[in-house]
Amino acid sequence: MTGSRGTADLLRDLAPRALGAVVRRYGHFADAEDAVQEALLAAARTWPAGGTPDSPLAWLIRVASRKMADQYRSDEARRRREEIAASWSLAPAEPVPAHDDTLTLMLMCCHPALSPGAAIPLTLRAVGGLTTREIAAAFLVPEATMAQRISRAKAKLKGPGEPFTLPPPGGGGERLRSVLHVLYLIFNEGYAASDGPDLARTDLSGEAVRLARGVHAARPADAEVTGLLALMLLTDARRPARTGPGGELVPLEAQDRSRWDRPRITEGLTLLTGALRQGEPGEYQLQAAIAALHDEAGSHAGTDWPRILALYDRLEALTGNPMVTLNRAVAMAMARGPGAGLALLDGLGDRLGDHHRLHSVRAHLLEQAGDTGGAATEFQAAAARTTNLRERDYLVTQAARLAAGPAGSPSPSQQGP
Amino acid sequence: MTGGTGRGIGEDEAMRYMLLQNYGAGGTDCLPMTQWSPVDITAHIEFQQALNAELLGRGELVDAQGLAGPEQAKFVTSDGTSAPVITDGPFPESKELLAGYRIVDVESAERAVEIAAMISAAPGANGAPVRLPIEVRAVMSAPDPEV
Repeated sequence: MTGSRGTADLLRDLAPRALGAVVRRYGHFADAEDAVQEALLAAARTWPAGGTPDSPLAWLIRVASRKMADQYRSDEARRRREEIAASWSLAPAEPVPAHDDTLTLMLMCCHPALSPGAAIPLTLRAVGGLTTREIAAAFLVPEATMAQRISRAKAKLKGPGEPFTLPPPGGGGERLRSVLHVLYLIFNEGYAASDGPDLARTDLSGEAVRLARGVHAARPADAEVTGLLALMLLTDARRPARTGPGGELVPLEAQDRSRWDRPRITEGLTLLTGALRQGEPGEYQLQAAIAALHDEAGSHAGTDWPRILALYDRLEALTGNPMVTLNRAVAMAMARGPGAGLALLDGLGDRLGDHHRLHSVRAHLLEQAGDTGGAATEFQAAAARTTNLRERDYLVTQAARLAAGPAGSPSPSQQGP
Repeated sequence: MTGGTGRGIGEDEAMRYMLLQNYGAGGTDCLPMTQWSPVDITAHIEFQQALNAELLGRGELVDAQGLAGPEQAKFVTSDGTSAPVITDGPFPESKELLAGYRIVDVESAERAVEIAAMISAAPGANGAPVRLPIEVRAVMSAPDPEV
């Protein structure tokens, strides 16, 4: 007795393998993807009550193939239908390791021609085996809108007609980078939405971790793939402590560290250690190393800030991202005092624009430096510029606390960027 | 902080915007719709439907609603203890009332502005663009992952 939960998990594991098999046999990725999605929905409807078939993968492939034939029968593309009917008599393709299909499909769905907004839902459906409805719910848009977004993404892929094969190990480096970037964005989307009352939202962070595991299985020797998986685990480990009883954000320094997920931290540390041995670390490994130092610290004050600062130095040199400079300023303030941190913020506005995070970090550092009035002004400026509801609640409260003077309740010394 | 580079700046971030439209807002010379010819009204309605279909087809439409007229509007004020004060319409300053809105989920702020411009240029009397000002407001999102 698997039940609908067990069926859903099974289907998500089988989705990329079924799709890989159908595409290898018949080509036509876009149509095959629709057909597999229909087969998955049919399975979710019938398996929990009627029982899981003996060979669930073969069942999905057979039903998806029939759906494809039906599609062609219903339109005038007789010739294509006959092509497909003819190819049915062919022997099934060589069995392919499951993780190879995951990676091949991910390379396709994360094609550089697609924006992240297109690549993310396509990846979640074609590789993650999520339904359109689940993806729509996760991104809070109507199902019809999400269906169109996925169709458009696939239509864009029809142009660059590439063979459905895995690039050789060591090849496809740039393409693999865009896969990692899409997984990173899916993880962040889920992490951002993981608090609040809306528990019905699909667990995108968990999905990103699962897909990253699949890529890691296909490319175990790639240190950045390992670094990304480690970063996800080391960050996700803090999720249980990240929200308070009312759903409010709990900043890192105020989190109950005993609620962090130790097994996840251990797994992340093991992966990271292995990756770092392979030489010059990339962006994800450096971020994972910073997350690891936080996870290993017994308290916020007891964190190894000088080492975190050194890692931000390297990350800044590697990426040139002004957001990294902003985080580096926070680490600088913790390591060498608020004045040193504030000095790093000078001129950052030219690169970052009038961004709420710049005001927010300056507010925290000014308060640490004892400039209460300046800090209150900066908190207000940050609150006016954020598009994030909980963050605005937090910033407005900070501004009000400082305006109320020393009688106001003490606050965390800083909210980290 | 997680120490992430986070959702990098300079990377277009999917955002949700509410595009608001008032009744013949001040500063425009737009005639009330009741004074248009039926042909113009039909063209206007078809434009709105075609725009919604286009936004849906692009995977951008979250919601589109027109609101019942100011004649049916009420203003409600309450101090929480005594009976609420209810003011019925119609209101002389109906231009300040919301006529309808769209919520779109787009990949950049520029795209939201582009859609607002299309709405503003909807065909009005004699086929001339209505040029109503469209208010573009970002919808607040879930928190950043970096806390």
